[in-house]
Amino acid sequence: MQTVLSIAIDALAYGMVLFVISIGLSVTMGLMRVVNLAHGAFAMIGGYIASYAARDLGLAYGFAILLAIFGTIAIAVPIERLLYRRIYGAPELTQVLMTIGITFCIIGIANYVFGPTLKTVPLPSELQGSVDLGFRAIATHRIFAILCGLAVAAGLWYAIEKTAFGVKLRASVDNAAMAAALGVRTEIVYAVSFAVAVGLAAFGGVVGAELLPVEPYYALRYMVTFLVVVSVGGAGSIPGALIACLLLGAIDTTGRYLMPEFGEFFFYLAVIAIICIYPRGLAGRAKG
Amino acid sequence: MTMTTTNDMIAASPVRRRFGGGDLIGLGIILLVALIGYFLFPNNLALLTRIIAVALLVLSLDLVTGYCGVATLGHAALFGAGAYAAGIASAHYGINDPLAMLAFGIVAGAAAGLVCGVVILRAHGLPQLVLSIALIHLFHEFANKASSWTGGSDGLSGIAPTALLGLYEFDLWGRTAYVFGVALLAIVFVLLRLIVRSPFGMLCRGIKEDPIRIRSMGASPKIALTKMYVISGAVAGVGGALNAITTQVVGLDSLSFTMSAESLVMLVLGGTGSLFGALTGTVVFMFFEDVVSAANPFHWLTMVGALLIAVVLFAPRGIYGTVASFVTRRREAK
Repeated sequence: MQTVLSIAIDALAYGMVLFVISIGLSVTMGLMRVVNLAHGAFAMIGGYIASYAARDLGLAYGFAILLAIFGTIAIAVPIERLLYRRIYGAPELTQVLMTIGITFCIIGIANYVFGPTLKTVPLPSELQGSVDLGFRAIATHRIFAILCGLAVAAGLWYAIEKTAFGVKLRASVDNAAMAAALGVRTEIVYAVSFAVAVGLAAFGGVVGAELLPVEPYYALRYMVTFLVVVSVGGAGSIPGALIACLLLGAIDTTGRYLMPEFGEFFFYLAVIAIICIYPRGLAGRAKG
Repeated sequence: MTMTTTNDMIAASPVRRRFGGGDLIGLGIILLVALIGYFLFPNNLALLTRIIAVALLVLSLDLVTGYCGVATLGHAALFGAGAYAAGIASAHYGINDPLAMLAFGIVAGAAAGLVCGVVILRAHGLPQLVLSIALIHLFHEFANKASSWTGGSDGLSGIAPTALLGLYEFDLWGRTAYVFGVALLAIVFVLLRLIVRSPFGMLCRGIKEDPIRIRSMGASPKIALTKMYVISGAVAGVGGALNAITTQVVGLDSLSFTMSAESLVMLVLGGTGSLFGALTGTVVFMFFEDVVSAANPFHWLTMVGALLIAVVLFAPRGIYGTVASFVTRRREAK
């Protein structure tokens, strides 16, 4: 029983971190139809900035997170302007090559600037201990990660379903040309969503630094996981991404607990099985 | 996928011969370059042989990506399957004849091609890409865990090929290995040239352009692409087996994601949808890698990334495609 519970908590925390990082990817992929392999790299940049701010500059955790989010957006927006603009609507192979090129560059530069070692983001004392739920103690950081995930999901749901910007966003996702003809400034919608997506990636990279340690090959190592979440969930779908994250988090964590030798093996096997059964994703629409 | 090259133009012209004069010239160029390489780098034949093995992988990737339009980041699975099959045949079963090891590599590569093809072709777009990445990781994990067979992360050693045809020993200088590699590359090149010009090759190219139309014509895109995947697997298997025979060791890196991504980079650098493009890209990339990583291994990844971005932005048809279209334009201007 104890094992089941700790697996469940870890799986939930891991799934939520995955969700925070990959929901931005899912939205941009659904909106701009760009296969963005560099998304993990932005999460990694966020982790590095937070680590630098908290460890070397001694800033508070909250400031470090804010700095990471805005710093990453400041780095990503010029990249979007200069490079991503040119591959909107291009064939998939072109997009894959461009974004994998960006990923390689970021890895190389991170390796050069920060060195190949693992970087940690020191947690404030409030998040370090554990919370006693009466029958069991749970690490506070796990609860924090889960709450962050829920807050992001709720916030995004509200922004997309209830606000004027959300209406424009959904219109652009469904039919960009028609939305533009009706007076929606699609390029502004694109730029804002890209910035939000990158910011969320950075946020997830910092919050999840305990679970997904920050190192130069982060971008490559977890790239697959984030892409898997999007393709399993179906691009552009928040509930789909949430279900996919929880499912994949559960499979991965259970595998690691029960069969540490073969954890990854079962993860990839499950991914192949899910995609073969639902080629358009769990919540994907007919024309994904 | 709209990366058309002059190959399509050649194919569209009313040349009926399966193997024309241009191909003979191409074959001649390959052999000439191989000969020049032999005399220019007599102390570095191991690198040249490695280039040939990787060139076979890139050719095989070109078959599915360039000719069929399947985007995959997991093609090293086929290469690694060939390499491990040839290695295991020698290290565990004592089958040391190079040609028999090669046969094992081809069969294993084709089998891996069948498995990958059946799985990857189930989806399109992003899910297809993810499937290919998941497959290469699955193969990698499998080889890592089955360490009693594959040697795990230490690599498979104990491969001891006997003399080629019973006459030519694999010498310390790598001369036999190099000649063996060049011969294999020439044979594979001629065969592939025939295949991509055949009605079957045309069918595959048609599927890349418009699968729905091909289906309404009465052909099955899926069966054709699966066949192409098996052929591609056999070619990659030749490359893997060549690598196993000549280096006498098989490492996990031959089944890695990096290998898959790099082979895609080489293909795009040279130009997709043409066999010469695949060869050009491999040679340029591997030499570049050898020079840069010898000078500064730290910046190698950054350089590859910058190179990729530059190719996508400025030469989307690759080196060979750009040069070939330039030449055609010059000819038309006259």
